[in-house]
Amino acid sequence: MAEAHPVGFQWVMEAKKRGARIIHVDPRFTRTSALAHQHVPIRVGSDIAFLGGIINHVLQNELDFREYVVNYTNAANIVSDKFEDVDGLDGLFSGFDPETRTYDPTSWQFAQEDQDGELGQAQADDAGDTAEQRDTAAGMQNEAHGMQVGSHPPRDETLQHPMCVFQVLKRHYARYTPEVVEQICGVSQEDFLEVCRAWTENSGRERTTALVYSVGWTQHSVGVQYIRAGAILQLLLGNMGRPGGGIMALRGHASIQGSTDIPTLFNLLPGYLPMPNAASHQTLSDWIDGVRNPGSKGFWANAGAYGINLLKAYWGDAATAENDYCFDYLPKITGDHGTYRTVLDMIDGKVQGYFLVGQNPAVGSAHGRAQRLGMANLDWLVVRDLFEIESATFWKDSPEVQTGEIVPEECRTEVFLFPAASHVEKEGTFTQTQRMLQWREKAVEPPGDARSELWFFYHLGRMMRESLAGSSDERDRPLLDLAWDYPLHGEAASSGWGEPSAEAVLKEINGYEVATGRLLSGFGEMKDDGSTLGGCWIYSGVYADGVNQAARRKSRHEQSEVAPEWGWAWPMNRRLLYNRASADPQGRPWSERKAYVWWDEDAQEWTGHDVPDFEKKKPPSYRAPEGSDGVAAIEGIDPFIMQGDGKGALYAPQGLIDGPMPTHYEPVESPFRNLLHGQQGNPTRKEYRRSDNPLNPDPREPGAAEVFPFVFTTSRLTEHHTAGAMSRYVEHLAELQPEMFVEVSPALAAERGLEHMGWCHVITARSAVEGKVLVTERLRPLRVEGRTVHQVWMPYHWGQGGLVSGDSTNDLFGISLDPNVLIQESKVGTCDVRPGRRPTGPALREYVEGYARRAGVLDHEEGPVVTASADAQQRSAAAQDGADQHSPQQREDQ
Amino acid sequence: MTRVQHGGSPGRERDAGPGSRRGGKGGAEQVMVPDAEFTSYYGRPIVKAAPWEHDIAYYLFTGGVAAGSSMLAAGADLTGRPALRRVARLGSLGSLLASTAFLVHDLGKPSRFLNMLRVAKVTSPMSVGTWILSLHAPFAMLASMAELVGMLPTRLQTRPVRLLLALGRPAGLVGALTAPPVAAYTAVLLADTATPAWHSAYEELPFVFCGSAAAASGGLGLIGAPLHESGPARAFAVGGALVELAVERRMERSMGLSAETLHHGEAGRWMRMSLGMTAAGAVGALAGRRSRVLSMLSGAALMAGSFSTRMGVFEAGIASANDPKYTVVPQRERLDRGEPVRFQQ
Amino acid sequence: MTSANSLFGPLDPAPDAGYVDAPKRKGFFTDTSVCIGCKACEVACKEWNDVPENLYEMLGTSYDNSHSLNANQWRHVAFIEQPAGRSSVGLPPTISDAPGRDSVDLGMPTLGAAPTEVPEDEKPDFRWLMSSDVCKHCTHAACLDVCPTGSLFRSEFGTVVVQDDICNGCGYCVAACPYGVIDRRRGPEGDPKVGIAQKCTLCYDRLKDDQRPACAQACPTESILYGDVEELRERASARVATLHEQGVMDARLYGNDPDDGVGGTGAMFLLLDEPEVYGLPPDPVVTTKDLPQMFRRAGMAGTAMLAGAALAFLRRTP
Ligand SMILES: Nc1nc2c(c(=O)[nH]1)N[C@H]1C(S)=C(S)[C@@H](COP(=O)(O)OP(=O)(O)OC[C@H]3O[C@@H](n4cnc5c(=O)[nH]c(N)nc54)[C@H](O)[C@@H]3O)O[C@H]1N2
Ligand SMILES: Nc1nc2c(c(=O)[nH]1)N[C@H]1C(S)=C(S)[C@@H](COP(=O)(O)OP(=O)(O)OC[C@H]3O[C@@H](n4cnc5c(=O)[nH]c(N)nc54)[C@H](O)[C@@H]3O)O[C@H]1N2
Ligand code: SF4
Ligand code: SF4
Ligand code: SF4
Ligand code: SF4
Ligand code: SF4
Ligand SMILES: [Mo]
Repeated sequence: MAEAHPVGFQWVMEAKKRGARIIHVDPRFTRTSALAHQHVPIRVGSDIAFLGGIINHVLQNELDFREYVVNYTNAANIVSDKFEDVDGLDGLFSGFDPETRTYDPTSWQFAQEDQDGELGQAQADDAGDTAEQRDTAAGMQNEAHGMQVGSHPPRDETLQHPMCVFQVLKRHYARYTPEVVEQICGVSQEDFLEVCRAWTENSGRERTTALVYSVGWTQHSVGVQYIRAGAILQLLLGNMGRPGGGIMALRGHASIQGSTDIPTLFNLLPGYLPMPNAASHQTLSDWIDGVRNPGSKGFWANAGAYGINLLKAYWGDAATAENDYCFDYLPKITGDHGTYRTVLDMIDGKVQGYFLVGQNPAVGSAHGRAQRLGMANLDWLVVRDLFEIESATFWKDSPEVQTGEIVPEECRTEVFLFPAASHVEKEGTFTQTQRMLQWREKAVEPPGDARSELWFFYHLGRMMRESLAGSSDERDRPLLDLAWDYPLHGEAASSGWGEPSAEAVLKEINGYEVATGRLLSGFGEMKDDGSTLGGCWIYSGVYADGVNQAARRKSRHEQSEVAPEWGWAWPMNRRLLYNRASADPQGRPWSERKAYVWWDEDAQEWTGHDVPDFEKKKPPSYRAPEGSDGVAAIEGIDPFIMQGDGKGALYAPQGLIDGPMPTHYEPVESPFRNLLHGQQGNPTRKEYRRSDNPLNPDPREPGAAEVFPFVFTTSRLTEHHTAGAMSRYVEHLAELQPEMFVEVSPALAAERGLEHMGWCHVITARSAVEGKVLVTERLRPLRVEGRTVHQVWMPYHWGQGGLVSGDSTNDLFGISLDPNVLIQESKVGTCDVRPGRRPTGPALREYVEGYARRAGVLDHEEGPVVTASADAQQRSAAAQDGADQHSPQQREDQ
Repeated sequence: MTRVQHGGSPGRERDAGPGSRRGGKGGAEQVMVPDAEFTSYYGRPIVKAAPWEHDIAYYLFTGGVAAGSSMLAAGADLTGRPALRRVARLGSLGSLLASTAFLVHDLGKPSRFLNMLRVAKVTSPMSVGTWILSLHAPFAMLASMAELVGMLPTRLQTRPVRLLLALGRPAGLVGALTAPPVAAYTAVLLADTATPAWHSAYEELPFVFCGSAAAASGGLGLIGAPLHESGPARAFAVGGALVELAVERRMERSMGLSAETLHHGEAGRWMRMSLGMTAAGAVGALAGRRSRVLSMLSGAALMAGSFSTRMGVFEAGIASANDPKYTVVPQRERLDRGEPVRFQQ
Repeated sequence: MTSANSLFGPLDPAPDAGYVDAPKRKGFFTDTSVCIGCKACEVACKEWNDVPENLYEMLGTSYDNSHSLNANQWRHVAFIEQPAGRSSVGLPPTISDAPGRDSVDLGMPTLGAAPTEVPEDEKPDFRWLMSSDVCKHCTHAACLDVCPTGSLFRSEFGTVVVQDDICNGCGYCVAACPYGVIDRRRGPEGDPKVGIAQKCTLCYDRLKDDQRPACAQACPTESILYGDVEELRERASARVATLHEQGVMDARLYGNDPDDGVGGTGAMFLLLDEPEVYGLPPDPVVTTKDLPQMFRRAGMAGTAMLAGAALAFLRRTP
């Protein structure tokens, strides 16, 4: 955190000054460890075992916050007895289909008293084709939409029922003992128990613990389950929805949170509405029902208003009730359109043109060679960037030019490089980690021809519409009917080339009444009849009362600790989500120290320091009437109002591709066998098996350990930014870390003959990259499964361009992805390290292929993904058959 | 770009044995003597060496020659030794011109020298020196000009020339009286720095430099003046040499650790040369009272010795600044003795 | 020069330099115990003061690639990797003071061993110290004292500043500074200030506008505190006391004592190890403290020389 979020880390230091104890769990000793009280080195890719160990510690020792757990989580829900856990199935959950390598989650569901009741129906909607869900990263949508479970599953609040979530969880993690943690993670039992003690002692009525994670946890083939494991712990310890608690993703780029809220992702529309799917969302009501899940509890019930307001914002007057608000104009997805699939499609010649806006995949994305070969096989490529980055120059100076795989004279891609205005050269908002929007003024004019994204896309759209004007072709209608008019300002406004008003865009995002133009005060005012429009329902209210709430900058010294008047946080300026949980079931603060939001008996409403994330007038005693759904079904003790059952999910029966509970799998590339099960890695991971994407062999393969004996991981340096354009091209940053380097422990240096500040190179089946050797005791070999494992670390900021250049670490990675959200596993792989520089020119390819050949993975002869015993596979699949009567097809027939 | 002077690697720097309180050894590249246990930051220097070229060392030498020559010239003038006066006055002129050239070269351009005259600062030996030089040089120059014009054929000795000739003696006397500071201030110039070898020598360095100046200028007199006139030069030179040699020994004692730098590397070579030449010059001068050739050789040796002293002291200073040892160890020892430098009322 | 203490001893430098109604002395307290080595201070300083590149070379000295304070590096963050056995940084007494922790051998064999095979107190553990160094703006600033042109001057804030247009590049200040801070700029080619002495100005221009120095403004953890020196001295003492209470017995102050060799610095530090570990002199003394004596000795030597010359002639008048 000190490395990549130094400004946020000031609060950790502030806490430390006040006596907080800081423990840093990270494979290597970083600037964060330097300031922590304790550094716990862990084998990269083994955190689920570590967290599972803590969960086990909590459950075995009954250290959970029981009152919270019983009332606010799904611990009491009873799971279907068809469910079978990994222990009996060699690492698979029930319902596995070895053909598609996906699960049918039917057997994971909560028990039902009556199949045809509302519960069954609610569950039905999400149990679709999981293979397709994986392709479309639907896990992301489901997660945001809450579990699609019925509102009243059977419960046992004594938590004694053998199939209640609490007991299922307890059995699931029983094997994660301190000894096992030590064996898998290389963390000593003392260190481990110290972490357990610190975490649990700092949780409960009087205290809360915050969990802060970032990409050390996400970029894994089990990345989503890492976070799930953290969530389970935080729920068990009562740390969610309470001040000082929670789980925070430290986001990456300045507005990366903004770019998921109003997304640049292929499968999401603004406000986490799913991108319609050609197969299942034929009509507007299909699409909306797919979101609101009739029968579920919660605020997604109003999805109709959110969706229609979005369509109205897109197509304005053209969007009417008669034409389903132009729903048909929306593009529909048909499968995997993710960035890695697209790059492979480029290599295969299936993609003609590409826009690259503020991204440098030639350096920043896994499998750099594939990225560059893909881009070299386009007709045209538009790059908008601050600098002439590697993704714009790959055709003339990439490593593939040296190896002869790209010949500049023959490369067919026409590259258009547009200079972009930087964040200080344009106005707009940033949305950061806390979901907070902050307005940013333009500080300086962009230099030369540099223009903002807003300018570029507005005028691109305008020109396209002008060139199509008068067309009667139906397929041009979506473009021609767009509401595409924003006030322009700036010098060029008179000539028609002005800068569109970012405030006007923010107003449209906020939403307004179509007839009067009155700005909405929040999404509660959004109507599903076309009388209002708004571009992103969760952002509605940012322009309440006609005031740009994001531009508020009242000093924290002039307001309460919560600082509600600094910027604006979605939804409805709530600073803490699900904050109903900060009060006990009766609505009283859990403790004086931790009072945040509570029920005011006299006023008969929720009140407190923050905007309550609950219906203001709904008392804690409210119980839902039989048969209710949507908002009415949320009871007075259901703080998690976006979840289908209003409860925090210790167990996730739906929404995850790879299982209802996190379970330890080895990284795709690992020198170790999975100690817990026959199933080695995540069986449902997304893989692109092809000859240009070889993966290092499974440790079971003979000789595998000799060829690629070491584990490597990559991350950031404070001194550089991601793919490096914003630091390597800038004098004052470039000089701070001027050369690519590889950090190794003294022991590994001795073993491999690496000399401090000499050269070395790191090899995988994809490529070899070189760097200076930095021998440091900050890297420590660990003892795992009785063997010593050396971890090698590299920053990934270098490429050929800029003031300082070097090999790009991402060339080492292949492509394998988490099945839920399609994030690449770029935190862990296996490799070899050798002294000296790597070969250059065509010899490099021969050298790397030599390694691949020796490892037996040349021409994708890689081992199987599903390694659970055949018997386990059969039994898991049988559970699916057994649950057949609940399969989606059948239910469609009902 | 800064030249990089980094020391050992982080991996190797702390190979100190268990329990050692001060682990790392500094000065990895620059250590010239068996290691003293001390800690440093990758062996990087703590104080910065004066960014001066050898010009400054040459200047130290020529300044000394100039000052001593002024004195000899005045004495010769008063005691009627025209040949000695001539060589001394011309020596003064030549070395003053050379001094100016070296100074200006070191500063980059002449205007920078004048720039120094915008203020007079007693806390700045360089400022003081500049004023001393500015005070001394015109008179010394005037005397030398008088000597020069005196060499003109008589028919050219017009009225202004005669005036100049008349001014020769008074100017020369003022020059002589202003000469000692010229010889001595350079020692303060060096000593008033954080450079360990220079600062620690501040008590004795003025004597070493003045002795050296006397030896060199006397040596010049020995070279240029005939035997019958060179007596004072000889005495001056031998006296200077003896003072230099004697005080230098004492200086090394008060310098403490940094005296080492006078014995190693470049500085060591110069100092050995200095010792040899000065001693030989002094002996030769004493022995060569009747031999012009021997006198000339001795004079040259004394000059070379003086030059070597200046070079040696200069180089020792640079070396002592470049090795953190000479900054850390004395201060650390002082602290460990419980004698930090503190202001006492 | 107006007081008896002008060369040595406690002093408020601005009034001493002749300012009437000078504002309170300004300076820094750099608390290295919260420095995260982000180098924001280095970069902010360069941006604000237009300081050019220093060097593009990996030095292999932990994450320090800026080398030192010099003309092109007015802030310098030091990185020191060391065995933590001898220290107790940040650890509560119970843990850090465990017997045996004081003598950790970092030999490689222990590294490879299983955590449990190594006794707790022998486990390899590290300290990674980071510290942002800067010009000390000494009470008795040797650089200023020796400057022959008056280019270096004492500002009304009690700081020491170079005037680029007056400096003649003599380099005397470079040799005089006991901390090796100031330096003559050697490059890059074409820079107008090549050959001119350069160092931290304590952002004189910003101070005049009532702004914090750029480095302090940028420091995320408040490792660099800017303010009135007097108040900072108190804060520094309080911080050390707190750290000592928390068991961080290594914490010590540097430069905060007005009786020290430079009369106390305008930029003081809280360090976690001996100063020399960070590249700081352990007990620096301003060279001009001895200046009167130097001049005295020079006077004696000069006089002796003159006397010697006279003697040489007196003895043997022909
Ligand atoms: N200076 C700087 N700041 C940045 C960025 C930058 O490039 N430079 N990038 C921004 C962006 S885009 C992002 S996404 C964030 C990322 O912020 P972070 O996630 O903090 O960044 P990383 O350095 O990639 O990884 C963090 C740590 O994860 C550790 N790690 C790797 N694998 C594992 C594992 O399996 N388990 C555990 N426990 N730890 C592991 C690494 O050793 C590393 O120390 O930073 C943002 N901030
Ligand atoms: N091995 C490995 N790989 C990783 C990671 C890792 O930890 N390890 N981390 C991953 C993560 S979390 C991320 S986020 C990616 C980042 O990877 P990329 O997004 O590919 O890399 P960046 O360098 O951040 O690219 C951003 C570009 O936007 C440009 N830019 C900045 N501002 C603007 C603007 O306003 N407009 C326009 N048009 N351009 C602008 C910058 O100049 C820069 O070139 O890398 C990923 N790759
Ligand atoms: S770069 Fe910006 S967002 Fe990142 S830590 Fe620094 S100030 Fe915060
Ligand atoms: S630290 Fe050096 S440069 Fe700074 S004021 Fe003191 S003597 Fe001058
Ligand atoms: S280099 Fe400039 S600032 Fe330094 S002493 Fe000389 S004139 Fe003064
Ligand atoms: S005070 Fe100003 S000049 Fe000095 S280091 Fe800080 S930013 Fe640089
Ligand atoms: S900005 Fe602050 S925390 Fe960062 S390196 Fe400088 S002093 Fe340390
Ligand atoms: Mo990121």
